[in-house]
Amino acid sequence: MTRPTSHSLAACLAAGVLTTAACGGGATAPGGAAAGATTTVTLDGSSTVFPISEAVAEEFQKAHATIRVTVGISGTGGGFQKFCRAETDISNASRPITAKETEACAAAGVQFIELPIAYDGIALVANPKASWVDAITTAELKTMWAPEAQAAVTRWGQVRKGWPDRELHLFGAGVDSGTYDYFTQAVNGKEGASRGDFTSSEDDNVLVQGISSDELAIGFMPYAYYAENKAALKLVPVDDGKADNGAGPILPSVETVKGGTYQPLSRPVFIYVSVQALAKPEVVQFVDFYLKAGGALAEEVGYVPLGDKGYELVTAHYTGRKTGSVFEHAGSQVGLTIEQLLSRESR
Amino acid sequence: MAVSLKASRSSAGRRRMDVVFQVAALAVLVAALAGLGALIGDVWRDGAGRLSWTFLTTFPSRRAEQAGIYHAIVGSLYVIALTAAMALPIGVASAVYLEEYGGRSRTARFIELNIANLAAVPSIIYGLLGLGLFVRALGMGRSVMAGAGTLALLALPVVILSTREALRTVPSTIREGSYALGATKWQTIWHQVLPMALPGILTGLILSLSRAIGETAPLITIGALTYIPFAPDSVWSAFTVLPIQIFNWVSRPQVAFKENAAAGILVLLALLLTMNALAIVVRDRFQRKGRP
Repeated sequence: MTRPTSHSLAACLAAGVLTTAACGGGATAPGGAAAGATTTVTLDGSSTVFPISEAVAEEFQKAHATIRVTVGISGTGGGFQKFCRAETDISNASRPITAKETEACAAAGVQFIELPIAYDGIALVANPKASWVDAITTAELKTMWAPEAQAAVTRWGQVRKGWPDRELHLFGAGVDSGTYDYFTQAVNGKEGASRGDFTSSEDDNVLVQGISSDELAIGFMPYAYYAENKAALKLVPVDDGKADNGAGPILPSVETVKGGTYQPLSRPVFIYVSVQALAKPEVVQFVDFYLKAGGALAEEVGYVPLGDKGYELVTAHYTGRKTGSVFEHAGSQVGLTIEQLLSRESR
Repeated sequence: MAVSLKASRSSAGRRRMDVVFQVAALAVLVAALAGLGALIGDVWRDGAGRLSWTFLTTFPSRRAEQAGIYHAIVGSLYVIALTAAMALPIGVASAVYLEEYGGRSRTARFIELNIANLAAVPSIIYGLLGLGLFVRALGMGRSVMAGAGTLALLALPVVILSTREALRTVPSTIREGSYALGATKWQTIWHQVLPMALPGILTGLILSLSRAIGETAPLITIGALTYIPFAPDSVWSAFTVLPIQIFNWVSRPQVAFKENAAAGILVLLALLLTMNALAIVVRDRFQRKGRP
């Protein structure tokens, strides 16, 4: 009775070992060879920039079958960590690189070229039933979102006289997201400074759900999420109180974001290219392609392309191999277009 | 006797209690299954329309209706096969040592305690360990190998614990009989104990691999990719897995990507069920043969 058992067990384990060997050993050899034969371009970083880089990679792949382009999502910060260890060629970023990250890059000998590639508008949205909100000023936004507002500003009536004395329900992007960083910088003047008692989610679809099912809700999210849910949400125009970039409340749209009149809630997004990686011809080819096709593809996946002048300046920036960040580590610059930023830098 | 009878209720009351408990247990089971059924039904409604041969055999795309999942299926299969190949021998060997050789020594008990604790560590911690150990220290890069190594670490505690439980269920009479016939300790373990314990070992392996195949966090941490226009062709290749692709699609703003995500969930479920069914078939074969 026990004999066949022991044999079959031995056979099973032997088979197991064999498959392991077949699995591991068999595949290792071609793997080692493949790594040398095909060339790869590796990107990682922000999930906001991912759709643009994915689209560019997809199109690039069609023309260059032998070059493999891969894109990861580890967040802007996580992406820079890998980038500054020279583990990736290009880093996707929804905010400028920080001083600390630049130091880490410098310590590892990684130099980079900063290339703005598109704008992302942050949409302010309310529930369609909230008939009283037809526009909002940046001052009112600050009243709502300032750190001091925590537990103090809890009713619509406290934000503007004439709005109903009903509960105010705030929704916003998760505190680890670049969207949150930029929003707090633009509204409260300091990155990461805001009240903590609002409903936040890293998944913007959750915000869409929340706001569309709550009459008393208002919140912010990347424009693309509003664009896909126009029926369920009401877009609120923002008045920055300055007349020189368009007076009165302004709605986000391709024109207003590109033209710099939808302020302060539109921001540039970037790719950072490692100078060392540009020694590889496939990376040069890919970045060239990115700058040429990136604008149209960004628009296709829901972002706002830079103006023609913008791409001209970015391309000049790239061909001149200008390293470093135009932001000088001061964080996001609110209210400047890429054209203004880049020409300031090249001055 | 008289005391215990006095304490308990009448015979009819006890029988009623029996029925009540039976009904309650059934109700809990039905509620749990109904919840699961509703979830699967919902996913099916969203995703069934996207399931097609093209979906299964193409690569990701920015256009939801052109996007496929081939790369992620191959990636998941690669990773899970390697994970099993690493976790099974190491896990079984560790358990055999602890159970058969380690005895009650202080060291063995210390190791045992630590393994039990490891089983409860959040998976992202394994991701960080994998990033430091496999990706960077051992220079594996963001490869299938590094991903499988990380998941094998994640699976090991459960494999070890369940193997030990399985070894304990082997009656001591079997061991003693084997020794009495002159077999050495190793011969006893290899020819008698392990075959009898195999069904339990495989159950543990199924449970831990089922957890591993659905993991996202540790693989994102070690740098599994999201856009990858090719299927991994070796253990050193870059890769992605189904849960990561699903996660990416779910978080997209476009509704069409949510259908893709639902279809991806169905594929992952099918893969998981196939894997478990296979393991159960193998287990049952051994269960029948292993009976002395």
